[in-house]
Amino acid sequence: MNVKEKLLKSFFVENPVTGLLLGLCPTLATTTSAENGLGMGLATTFVLVSSNVVISLLRNVIPNRVRIPAFIVVIATFVTIVDMGMQATLYDLHKTLGLFIPLIVVNCIILGRAEAFASKNNLWDSFLDGLFMGLGFTFSLFILGSVREILGTGSWLGMALVPGDWSTILVFVLAPGAFLSLGFILVGMNKIARVIEGGK
Amino acid sequence: MEANGVLIMDSSPLGRAGESTRKIMFTVCLTLVPALAVSVWMFGWDAVRVLALTAVFTVGVEALIAKFSNTKIDYLDGSALLTGILLAMNVPSNAPWWMLLIGAIVAVVIGKQVFGGLGQNIFNPALVARVFLLISFPMQMTSWPLPGAFDGTTGATPLGILKTEGIGAIKTIGVGDLAMGHIGGSLGEISALALLIGSLYLFYKKYITWEIPVVFIGTVFVFTGAFYLINPAQYASPVFHIFTGGLFLGALYMATDMVTSPLSFKGKLLFGFGCGFFTALIRLFGSYPEGVSFAILFMNAFVPLLDRYFPDKKFGMVKNG
Repeated sequence: MNVKEKLLKSFFVENPVTGLLLGLCPTLATTTSAENGLGMGLATTFVLVSSNVVISLLRNVIPNRVRIPAFIVVIATFVTIVDMGMQATLYDLHKTLGLFIPLIVVNCIILGRAEAFASKNNLWDSFLDGLFMGLGFTFSLFILGSVREILGTGSWLGMALVPGDWSTILVFVLAPGAFLSLGFILVGMNKIARVIEGGK
Repeated sequence: MEANGVLIMDSSPLGRAGESTRKIMFTVCLTLVPALAVSVWMFGWDAVRVLALTAVFTVGVEALIAKFSNTKIDYLDGSALLTGILLAMNVPSNAPWWMLLIGAIVAVVIGKQVFGGLGQNIFNPALVARVFLLISFPMQMTSWPLPGAFDGTTGATPLGILKTEGIGAIKTIGVGDLAMGHIGGSLGEISALALLIGSLYLFYKKYITWEIPVVFIGTVFVFTGAFYLINPAQYASPVFHIFTGGLFLGALYMATDMVTSPLSFKGKLLFGFGCGFFTALIRLFGSYPEGVSFAILFMNAFVPLLDRYFPDKKFGMVKNG
């Protein structure tokens, strides 16, 4: 499989959120706006790429019986780096995302890719896998965040799209709106995935 | 299969009552006429406008879905119309048209069609739309035009006043006012009496049974009455509670929805009790003044469980068989 095909696949067919339905907790909780979704996605992507690379390098060193704790230690290290880095550079975003940054440690996408891919493949493939999966995750979170921000607050990436005195559909920035939007995005993404798969 | 006086060779049911979805739905719509008449009398042309718009929107949205759907949807079977009327009875009479359109889309698409259409929905579509609108547009959904006030005066519902200003502010409202509709509120919550009159025909036709409404209203009465007896200075009387808000509308027309209520006797009792309990709980201690719609939606989620633990008695089954 070439790189371009793999990229397309990780965005639509094997997208962590809409294809594999992994990591739904941060997906639903942090996507109140497009910016938050993008920030969360990129933070996760960084952790995913870094941990995939390190775990791939250590794959012959880590004993099979303690591999999960070992993966978690590697992942937690990078999450701590992201957490501190974001606090230093992107303080406001860090404050909005709050607890969900440390919680990247237990995001099942990251452990899932470490277990299923990085611990069995070479450095370059693991790097690409982490990057594409992370970008796919970011893509979903960005779409979901955009939908919720546009419908819920009438703005996109902080830019107001409707006059200030218009009523916006508040429910979309609340929890029920997250589930509703995700449901409809799943419908659309599955349709796209079916078209891509059928096209082969 | 026509009998024609020979042997009937068909699987059961052999006896037919001559009922159809269409007939039941339009009958239910007709029994709402007294309540609608009161609302039109109280709110004037605004009530007619809201009713017409929601009815056109819900049937229209369903017709659009029917056009693009692979399955056959009878959008004129009256179920969309009933949803529209019930939704209209849940909104203030000065609701803007776009709010009604959003409500209609939510009711028909999210409330009904995503589950697979009529008969498949877990939640009452009109209530899904009401709660969606209530959460999305709290400002428009909590300022109610006062009946008879054609100059556009708005105010809170008696329950809203009770929640924000305390017990003293509702002392002036008499039971007669509540029963007849001389209070602020949505189209359907202002006259408990008219709803009761309309629903009598549904009881007579056995489209709804007594268990859910009686247990629902009774539970609210007992629960709020207990607190009233403990401390009448802080809690409103149970009579006030059963005649205000959407309790009659909810208990008679929404909790009894054939699709989203349990089948068996015990299941209905528990369902009615749960609706009443959570309604009273939200009214007395919750942050929202009214809890009927939340309580019914919450109990809707339990209907599959209730049907499973208290299955309907099947004709011809032997005990311990």
